[in-house]
Amino acid sequence: MERSVVFAGFGGQGLLFTGQVLARAAIRDGLEVFWIPSYGPEMRGGTASCTVIVGDEPIGSPVVDEFDAAVVMNLPSLRKFAPLVAPGGLVIVNSSLLGDLGCGRSDVDEMRLPCTELAAQGGDDKLVSVVALGALVAHLGWVTRESIDSALREMAGRKRPEVVDADLGAFAAGLQAGAVGQAA
Amino acid sequence: MTLDARSSGALRGAAAARLVYRKPDVLVDRATHYCPGCGHGVIHRLLAEVLTDLDLPAHTIAVAPVGCAVFIYDYLDVDFVEAPHGRAPAVATGIRRLRPEAFVLTYQGDGDLAAIGTAEIVHAAARGERITAIFVNNGIYGMTGGQMAPTTLLGQRTTSSPSGRDAGLMGYPIRITEMLAQLPGVTYAARGSVADAGSIGRLKAMIARACRVQIEGGGFAIVEVLSNCPVGWGMTPQESLEHLKGPVVEAYPLGVIVDRSAPSTARPAAAAPTKPEA
Amino acid sequence: METGRRARVLMKGNEAIAEAAIQAGCDAYFGYPITPQAELLEWMARRMPELGRVFVQAESELGAINMALGAAATGARVMVSSSSPGISLMAEAMSYMAGSGTPVVLVNVMRAGPGLGGIGPSQSDYFQATKGHGHGDYRVPVLAPDSIGEAMDLMATAFELAERYRTPVMLVADGILGQAMEPVELRFRTPERQAFDWALTGAAGRPARIIKSIDLDPEVLERRNLALQHKYREIARHETRWEGWRLGDAEFAIVAYGTAARVARSAIARARDNGMKVGLFRPITLWPFPERELARMSRQLHGILTVELSSGQMIEDVRLAVEGRCPVAFHGRMGGLVPTPDEVLGALKALRGRVERTRAASGHSPAAHDRGTPSTNGAGLDAGARPGGRG
Repeated sequence: MERSVVFAGFGGQGLLFTGQVLARAAIRDGLEVFWIPSYGPEMRGGTASCTVIVGDEPIGSPVVDEFDAAVVMNLPSLRKFAPLVAPGGLVIVNSSLLGDLGCGRSDVDEMRLPCTELAAQGGDDKLVSVVALGALVAHLGWVTRESIDSALREMAGRKRPEVVDADLGAFAAGLQAGAVGQAA
Repeated sequence: MTLDARSSGALRGAAAARLVYRKPDVLVDRATHYCPGCGHGVIHRLLAEVLTDLDLPAHTIAVAPVGCAVFIYDYLDVDFVEAPHGRAPAVATGIRRLRPEAFVLTYQGDGDLAAIGTAEIVHAAARGERITAIFVNNGIYGMTGGQMAPTTLLGQRTTSSPSGRDAGLMGYPIRITEMLAQLPGVTYAARGSVADAGSIGRLKAMIARACRVQIEGGGFAIVEVLSNCPVGWGMTPQESLEHLKGPVVEAYPLGVIVDRSAPSTARPAAAAPTKPEA
Repeated sequence: METGRRARVLMKGNEAIAEAAIQAGCDAYFGYPITPQAELLEWMARRMPELGRVFVQAESELGAINMALGAAATGARVMVSSSSPGISLMAEAMSYMAGSGTPVVLVNVMRAGPGLGGIGPSQSDYFQATKGHGHGDYRVPVLAPDSIGEAMDLMATAFELAERYRTPVMLVADGILGQAMEPVELRFRTPERQAFDWALTGAAGRPARIIKSIDLDPEVLERRNLALQHKYREIARHETRWEGWRLGDAEFAIVAYGTAARVARSAIARARDNGMKVGLFRPITLWPFPERELARMSRQLHGILTVELSSGQMIEDVRLAVEGRCPVAFHGRMGGLVPTPDEVLGALKALRGRVERTRAASGHSPAAHDRGTPSTNGAGLDAGARPGGRG
């Protein structure tokens, strides 16, 4: 069975990186995965997104009819992607930037997450997308926490070893917030 | 006839049998396809002589152009690849990079090098590719029937400028060798001519210099050869040579344009344009 | 977590293709930046000098492909990559390489045309890749992977074919395959080096060699061209590649390649859930097109749906292969859009509906098509199933 999530927001919010962390974790968990970014001038215009499809069998279509989950980090992303989430799916809204705005749908789970504040708790308030990934994993459990930790160490460690701890902290903060959000 | 002459020479005694000229082996002994009076034959011979003098034929990989001289590989017995029109410098770049030990030679006409292939020659020169380029400028597209070339003189009548080249409509002739000489990647650039024996002698020295530059590890070397096209110009061979010595040389001055191979004027690294910040 | 699989790593398509080429023994790469394949050039810019191999960023795609021509003439293993408008510029040299027998591998990460078009995923260069590019009577083998892993395998195949048949070979991908990341096994293949009796190395101790395509004597040129055609027949006989999926009991088939084939797989899985017997026929070589295999398959089918990221180009080869044995319908998107599985499922259902209605109206039993009766309703089906206005 295939499940899909879109990570969308501003360039610089770490969305493509976070999608790759999820993809690497999926590989570590023995799953099939496909990661596809938006590319080209669109990225230079300030919005960035990537889609990650996770499955037990080799991934078929790289485009999906509906997403099972969307992580939206800014207003254009909320407007564009929240309507594309399947009924019963999950929308994670970055309330640090979007305030009270939500997707306005009653047929999906909406998780409002103060990503900036949570990221700051982890040690670096820029790591907003990693927070959202934590909440996503807590809520949906597509991949194991250990695999995300390992993927974060591998990916962040390669280029910026000094931020590995902050990444792990941001992920933990999101994980915790996501678990609470689920319980609520 | 030859045999008879030799026999009669032998009769007069061994001392009189002095060898004045021997065709280089690398010049293939076959009937030419070039028109009567055409300069390509002279240039091919000079190349054959210089390659032989420098012991290069067995190491040479040459690139043939599109135009009358596409068949140069029928006359020079070295490895050849045929390039699409104008692309010889790019093809030669590929050879150069893969065969650092080879002697790489291009041979192009003026339509090939100075019109359709302008980008390729400029950038091969800018990269300072270790290539020897022979650029034959006869001011016309010969093979296609005598149309205007980028190098055609102002006022010159061709089949595509029947009233003469008009600068207002057709622009000005290009001195592309001078343009190339501006580039720090160009080690040697010179212009010679096949108009008469003296010119041919000086041209041979230029070609030899351009080949030595490559052997000695220099950068890009080019020799522009002012040549004639009696058929395309609508002249007898003799008239075409007079024309070459007159208005053509006036438009395209002869001589060495740049020689950065000399120690005093060695190519300064600082002369290369610095990489602009992106 | 032990998976029992070989180690897999996440790789981006463009970079995986570049590394596979390197591992296949690519001696030289020549390129010019263009989206959506710039990462391929960048990977080569870093890796080739590391390995002491040749990388040149050329002044244009014309420069790049002609450098490749010169490099390949020396017997080296050579590649270029570009995207649609750049391939148009390379077309000239491809004709020369085909005519003179110069083995160069080209990668086209297609974008949406015509003109400058867009950079979204597209298969709008099928005609260019399989029927044309440059002038003259020639063919070029075209490989069309549908995953990053397959693209890596096919890079080695591309060099093999290029050298075995002395021909340019093209691998086509689209922006999705170029930009996406998938888990791949780092399992590479390096084709064996052959001794070429045509390579230009300097004529020391042997007669001079000439690599050329001109012959002004018509009789000589015709002989040369006949030899080329003989070579193309050999390639068609030995190198045609395709893959079938769930075709065993299929009454309908989707014919699709590359990314479109992946969408088709998802659509087929849903169609099977809905009780439709559908399979996938996926050409891997676009030229030579697997026409005999598709012709054979069409005898068991009630209808074929061709899915492409174009206005419908491969469908012409599908129709030629099927020769009217069953209706051939089309669904595609253009401009950088990709049909979703539900869209394709809709097109499949429409095809089935039309086939059933036509049969009911004419009183044909399903067996009628098995006798190879030419179908007269194919055109009508196409008209109904052309790209819709969705989105």
